[in-house]
Amino acid sequence: MTARRPLWKTVLGVVLTALMLFPVYWLVNVSLTQTSDLRSDPPHWFPWEPTFEGYQAVFGQQLPALGTSLLVGFGCVVLTLVIAAPAGYALALLNLRGGRTLNFLLLVAQMVPAVVMAMGFYAVYNSLGLLNTVGGLIVADSTIAVPFGVLLFTAFMSGIPRELLQAARVDGAGAWRTFWSVVLPVSRNSALTVSLFAFLWAWSDFIFASTLNRNGDLVPITLGIYNYIGNNTTQWNAIMATAVVASVPAAVLLVVAQRHVAAGVTAGAVKD
Amino acid sequence: MTSTPATVGTRGTHPGPRGAAGTVPAAPAAPAAPARRRHRGPSASQWAAVGFAAPLLVYLVVFYAYPLWRNIDLSVHDYTIRAFVQGNAEFVGFENYAEVFSSSTFPTALVNTVLFTFVSIVFQFAAGLALAVFFRSGFRLSSTLRAMFLVPWLLPLIVSASTWSWMLNSDNGIVNSVLGAFGLEQINWLTSPDTALLSVTIANIWLGIPFNLVILYSGLQNIPGEVYEASSLDGAGPWRQFWSITFPLLRPVSLITLLLGLIYTLKVVDVIWIMTTGGPGDASTTFAIWSYREAFGTGQPDFSPAAAVGNILILIALVFGFLHLQLQRRQEAS
Repeated sequence: MTARRPLWKTVLGVVLTALMLFPVYWLVNVSLTQTSDLRSDPPHWFPWEPTFEGYQAVFGQQLPALGTSLLVGFGCVVLTLVIAAPAGYALALLNLRGGRTLNFLLLVAQMVPAVVMAMGFYAVYNSLGLLNTVGGLIVADSTIAVPFGVLLFTAFMSGIPRELLQAARVDGAGAWRTFWSVVLPVSRNSALTVSLFAFLWAWSDFIFASTLNRNGDLVPITLGIYNYIGNNTTQWNAIMATAVVASVPAAVLLVVAQRHVAAGVTAGAVKD
Repeated sequence: MTSTPATVGTRGTHPGPRGAAGTVPAAPAAPAAPARRRHRGPSASQWAAVGFAAPLLVYLVVFYAYPLWRNIDLSVHDYTIRAFVQGNAEFVGFENYAEVFSSSTFPTALVNTVLFTFVSIVFQFAAGLALAVFFRSGFRLSSTLRAMFLVPWLLPLIVSASTWSWMLNSDNGIVNSVLGAFGLEQINWLTSPDTALLSVTIANIWLGIPFNLVILYSGLQNIPGEVYEASSLDGAGPWRQFWSITFPLLRPVSLITLLLGLIYTLKVVDVIWIMTTGGPGDASTTFAIWSYREAFGTGQPDFSPAAAVGNILILIALVFGFLHLQLQRRQEAS
């Protein structure tokens, strides 16, 4: 494979990537296009005279929505970790009775369509008065991430060498201390992976936001964009600017943490 | 996934994370089995185990089982908005289900769900596999370009869906403009009943390619290079190699990828809802969209039929879900 690296493959690769990413380019392009040029025929392929009106509109109107999304994202990360990490420990290292069944239930839970969960939550929240609250949205969003988190923690933790745990026991550590000072530090890459996806899913969620939180004072950014489209079909540059801003944290997280994600899924953490 | 999740999950959504969730899980049960035989009776460590799992158990009951039960409850009562507030909905048994099955939307939604799901996963899979094989051959920039292919997958679905809406816009969309340059007539992608389903399917294929690429690429990594070397010594060309080595050896991973794709595509709401809201008429209405529209999409929420449709959808997803688990178990055994 390394002997010869034909140039045509690189060229083809670049062309394919460009085709695949064209919608992303178009998103950025439109976000910078002058309102008067949006409907020109043919469309402007490149924003020769870029405008930042769209972005000004975002920061003028959508800052609260961005804040809400951050809050929901972080809330979801915390809730997911608090539930998934101890459960993973119980399943992987404490030989929980009925662990197989629990694993199976978690797999099944991942197959339940979000729209069905949304209806169930709507009925429950309606009686509890939790509709249109940020807390309610955090809990609903976490249902996407918790089963994934438990399964990932379990898979990783069952690879932790037993000698490490026995050493802790010899030193007199109980189950809790072993979890807190040995298992958790060793599993930090998994925790990072779980956090990353919990955040991304909560940040990008549309179904729960549009059903459980649609009349809230604090709407997340996905709903901000959706309402924007509804009210404002002429200013696609502003809509697209909002979309670009909404994509930034996702992109940043994955670029910055990509290495950790790969490491978390594959490598053992005993070395570091 | 869709992040999904994939994943993924997911995400998508979204879905990779979703894929990882599907592929990692069953491993942990193995070391648990022999140890369990050693300890009998509720030992101290068993209490600790229950303690650590307790938050999850409570969580699953309160935030999974209870909403799902409420959903079943909705589907066997006649819930109107008033009944919802007063809590005195009339019990109607399977009437809502009967109504759903005899509704004129049912055959359309069924056909649309099948078409949307089937066409999406076939093309996602084919493109993902072709790209995975292409990227595996290793060339300058290949790992960078492969990483860039993930971008569509990590964008929030509302972002990709609204971008596609604007690209497919009848009057000002780039797609029609390019087609026009080749002398084709304007196509009303999202507003014509003939092309609405096609349009959302195209967008969904685009969204799903990264997920398929990731899973299939990692599957390819597990095929030892020597197999290829031996076959090229025997004079097999790339085409021959693909059909006699790559394809058969990749079969287990492919099956899992296709089934996960199926389960996740059945659930899709965001993309279709944002691009067409299931319309025009019912032209791009799938079961998931139908359920969403009845409950939340109109000014007049109709929860009971929506819940009935949702429960039918759960049943379909579970059938394929069990198929997936069965396959996975068989692979671990072999």
